[in-house]
Amino acid sequence: MHQLWLIPAFPLLGFLINGIFGKKFSKRAVSLFAVGSVLLSFLWVVKTLMAISPLETLYTEHYFTWIASGAALNIGFDLSVDRLTSVMLLVVTGIGSLIHIYATGYMAHEPGPNHGGYYRFFSYLNLFMFFMLILVLAANYLLLFVGWEGVGLCSYLLIGFYFVKKSATNAGIKAFVVNRIGDFGFSLAIFLIFIQFGSLDFQKVFAQAGGLADEVQAGVITATCLLLMVGAAGKSAQVPLYVWLPDAMEGPTPVSALIHAATMVTAGVYMVARSAPLFNHAPIAMEVVAVIGLLTAVMAATIGMTQNDIKKVYAYSTVSQLGYMFLACGVGAYSAGIYHVMTHAFFKALLFLGAGSVIHALQGEQDLRNMGGLRSKIPVTFLTLLCASLAIAGFPYTSGFMSKDEILVAAHHHSPAMFWIGVITASMTAFYVWRALFLCFFGRYRGSAHPHESPLVITLPLGVLALLSILGGFFRVPVWLEPVLGKAPEGHDPALVIISVAAGLIGIFLAWLFYVAKPGLPDTFARALKGLYTLVYNKYFVDEAYDAVIIRPVVDGSRTVLWKGFDVGVVDGIVNGVGSVSRGVGGILRTLQGGSIRNYAALTLLGAVLVLAAVAFTGGAQ
Amino acid sequence: MPILSIILFTPLLGFLGVLLIPGSKKRVIKIWANLAAFAGFLVSLRLTEWFDKSHPGFQFVERASWIPSLGVQYLLGIDGISFLLIMLTTLIGFIAVLCSWSAIDERVKEYYAMLFLLQCGMLGVFMALDFFLFYLFWEVVLVPMYFLIGIWGGPRKLYAALKFFLYTMAGSVLMLLGIFTLYFQYFHQFGRYTFEISELMRLTLPLGIERWVFWAFFIGFAIKVPMFPFHTWLPDAHTEAPTAGSVILAAVLLKMGTYGFIRFSLPLLPQASIDHTIVTILAVLSLIGILYGALVSLMQQDWKKLVAYSSVSHLGFCTLGIFSLNHAGLAGSVIQQVNHGISTGMLFLIVGVIYERRHTREISEYGGLAHIMPQFAFVFAFAMLSSAGLPLLNGFVGEFTILQGAFAASKVWGAFAVLGIIFGAAYLLWLYQRTMLGEVTNEKNRGLRDLTPREWAVFLPLMAWAVWIGVYPKPYFDILDKPVTQIVERVHGKTQPVEASLTEVAR
Repeated sequence: MHQLWLIPAFPLLGFLINGIFGKKFSKRAVSLFAVGSVLLSFLWVVKTLMAISPLETLYTEHYFTWIASGAALNIGFDLSVDRLTSVMLLVVTGIGSLIHIYATGYMAHEPGPNHGGYYRFFSYLNLFMFFMLILVLAANYLLLFVGWEGVGLCSYLLIGFYFVKKSATNAGIKAFVVNRIGDFGFSLAIFLIFIQFGSLDFQKVFAQAGGLADEVQAGVITATCLLLMVGAAGKSAQVPLYVWLPDAMEGPTPVSALIHAATMVTAGVYMVARSAPLFNHAPIAMEVVAVIGLLTAVMAATIGMTQNDIKKVYAYSTVSQLGYMFLACGVGAYSAGIYHVMTHAFFKALLFLGAGSVIHALQGEQDLRNMGGLRSKIPVTFLTLLCASLAIAGFPYTSGFMSKDEILVAAHHHSPAMFWIGVITASMTAFYVWRALFLCFFGRYRGSAHPHESPLVITLPLGVLALLSILGGFFRVPVWLEPVLGKAPEGHDPALVIISVAAGLIGIFLAWLFYVAKPGLPDTFARALKGLYTLVYNKYFVDEAYDAVIIRPVVDGSRTVLWKGFDVGVVDGIVNGVGSVSRGVGGILRTLQGGSIRNYAALTLLGAVLVLAAVAFTGGAQ
Repeated sequence: MPILSIILFTPLLGFLGVLLIPGSKKRVIKIWANLAAFAGFLVSLRLTEWFDKSHPGFQFVERASWIPSLGVQYLLGIDGISFLLIMLTTLIGFIAVLCSWSAIDERVKEYYAMLFLLQCGMLGVFMALDFFLFYLFWEVVLVPMYFLIGIWGGPRKLYAALKFFLYTMAGSVLMLLGIFTLYFQYFHQFGRYTFEISELMRLTLPLGIERWVFWAFFIGFAIKVPMFPFHTWLPDAHTEAPTAGSVILAAVLLKMGTYGFIRFSLPLLPQASIDHTIVTILAVLSLIGILYGALVSLMQQDWKKLVAYSSVSHLGFCTLGIFSLNHAGLAGSVIQQVNHGISTGMLFLIVGVIYERRHTREISEYGGLAHIMPQFAFVFAFAMLSSAGLPLLNGFVGEFTILQGAFAASKVWGAFAVLGIIFGAAYLLWLYQRTMLGEVTNEKNRGLRDLTPREWAVFLPLMAWAVWIGVYPKPYFDILDKPVTQIVERVHGKTQPVEASLTEVAR
């Protein structure tokens, strides 16, 4: 036994301590427990992974039977580790630790301790870590679902952290409900898996997956995988369920970095990669995954190019990058997808934390139009954001280059068209990220705050992440994952690499042209393509469409048809109708309704006797 | 030791005690009532020690002849299903008394007397193994509840009380007809009269008669549950009842209906119970209830009515589980019945806490309460998550098991039921947002007192129970294993009527 349970137990303990006693603690004590618990968890991950290495097969620990009914249903509380898990564990606890440290600086101005903001924030954040680690360590689908729902809850709580703001609580509910739609698919998939395989344990399910008859694979497995993808699309913000993620930026920035960029939103990718043995038998489902991923990547990238809120730009960028990861899974390059999960965690966490540092420096300003020229005022933040922007634009040998290249090559192997769409998207990615960078740090300052550089607790995590963003690609994840997820498609064509690098550079150049060299150009373009620009700027009116097509009908239907119509109108109409008829009759028999209990009791008895007699008569006749 | 009788009549002792204390000594009455109710819970704890989960039949059986000429017996006994519901009843009974301390200040004596009478009736329903005795307790429950709503209720209490009474009375009468049909059929076949359940199980009836009796029972039980479309008494009764009344109504009273299906409809009428048409109709009604309850709940402006409609949705899961007619469905259903008692009990207690302070249930009167009452906000969030089925809390275990059973019975049912879970999150989250979050919009809410220690004492046991079932539900599944297996085998015709199951266990 390697005591895997300790990994999630540390943050759980942190949550309990801060949640119960945090109100009375000083901020320093709250930070100590919050950061300490996650750091301990990270250290335990490292220790355990070294102890169990080389980890070529799934290592499982059984703790107790959780849900068991009859002979058929038996689900254990089991945790397991393999190489896939190991990558996720390191990312979650490693990046998690950095972001916790950063947050102690970022959240320092929360009113507290009596107003409770500070301890509440960290207890939620620790609870998130607990559920995320359960999700990653789960040895069966149901326990994975536990973590899945749990991180959703924490996401809801943290998006709505500033619960005084209506927009924040609305965003929280939207996230929760949209995720539930995904969970609908995921739950159905779980039930299908159970009916098909009689178990939810990964090992048992995957062991049987290969031996199924062809028609089963074509039917049940495809349906299962498609439903799993519905779940993944909810959690990982893919078309058509991506709408919650941009709104989720209402949460504090460390939350955006940790939950809505680096870890939770990649859970869908992890789940699909984990289910690779199923997906491999469902080519149609894989094609759907690839197409959804690609579509999401393009769509979100176009929206990202028009947004003015720095966090919104990065949010759409996250949606888009997650699309790449699904593209990778869909074309069978799961390990490339997980590779991108890791590098994306580095540079996207950095982008958000850097944005947080900018927002912090500008006393809460998030609009890019009110920034500019900050290069010299907050140089450390600028340099780190520069590293992240290079990485995401796919500058050679940065982490983003390595993983994106892997994905694009695999996509080309599958279908050249997908490669080209991916390349164009990469170009747009470079454009919007560098647009944000230029608008923020170049030109002259357009705001009115007094920018100041952030303290060391903030800049230190930025520095570490900057280093990882540049060099992190040298952790060769695909090689490490070969025993679990198989070999990625062979055949590195240098031409493909050159094309994708060029696409990134073109994007950067265009951003420079539009926002540094000729600042009048964007307006000219927006005016020239007014219709298109309005469409994209308003995010294709998807939210409005959902509101008109789904939410309004449900709300109005429930109110007017179901409640006022059926309940109050039909059923109660009948009941009250019967009532008034009886009242008419009762007028004659009013003497019987004296209101005394004795009379009622007597009447009840009389009635019972009559009924008895009636039944005796008919029953006896048979 | 006749432990069941002791548990059954401890509330009556409380009842008599209340009657002996003069009505003017309110404080004495309250103290006595709380002590007696707590004693009621304590004696029931002995069951947890003595209950033998490996025993296949009824346990702690007590038998005495009562009206020999009619074949009526005083016959008590429990199996795993009734055991869990009894534990729920004794705990909720105590909590209902405890939560009334400051809420009720008029006609205190009568109030507690009614609560004790109600408690006795409910316990009897879950213990009786004689149909006549069962019916007696079933009717006993009706009267005190009628008065609890009618006297201590809200503004429309009389309408609600009468509606409750008429609805359930109508159901009871039909159920009585069904009982008598079985009774006379038994006489017809065996030449003597009995109301004993396990004797009646020996009947072999033509499918036509079984169907007829099934529908008669159905009306009685479905109104109690309540199943769609017999549910419209529930929002009014729940809303107008005093907090304790709503809590008992939701947590225990509704379970009498589901219990009736499990204890009587399935084992006594196995052919009708697996009749394709009947099962389909019941499953469809359950599914409509799940979705309909959730959607209508979404639109409510009244805090308590919202919770009431959510019960329709949750009970839909319970009946769906029952009519999945398999092990997972039934076991999940019983666990979910307990869960619903815990979660919805908490939700009604929460409305009670705020109603006591502000005397309004309009959701729009509130907003931003989390600033003023952070502890209350936490407990509410906990109850909401438990009700919405968050994993590692109780609701999830029940829902998952039911859904698994429903899925095994029919994939379409499963899919529709899962849909209900989406809405389940929506109405509660929205309620929470409107009442607890945002700015404090109503000046009247400033300065409201946060939870008192007594109120914490009301919530803590329920919260602890919710976590226990959520994290480690295995003991519950173990307790349910034997009775559920028997019922499933019985309806699928694998065992003959289990006469041997009624072995006496002397204590």
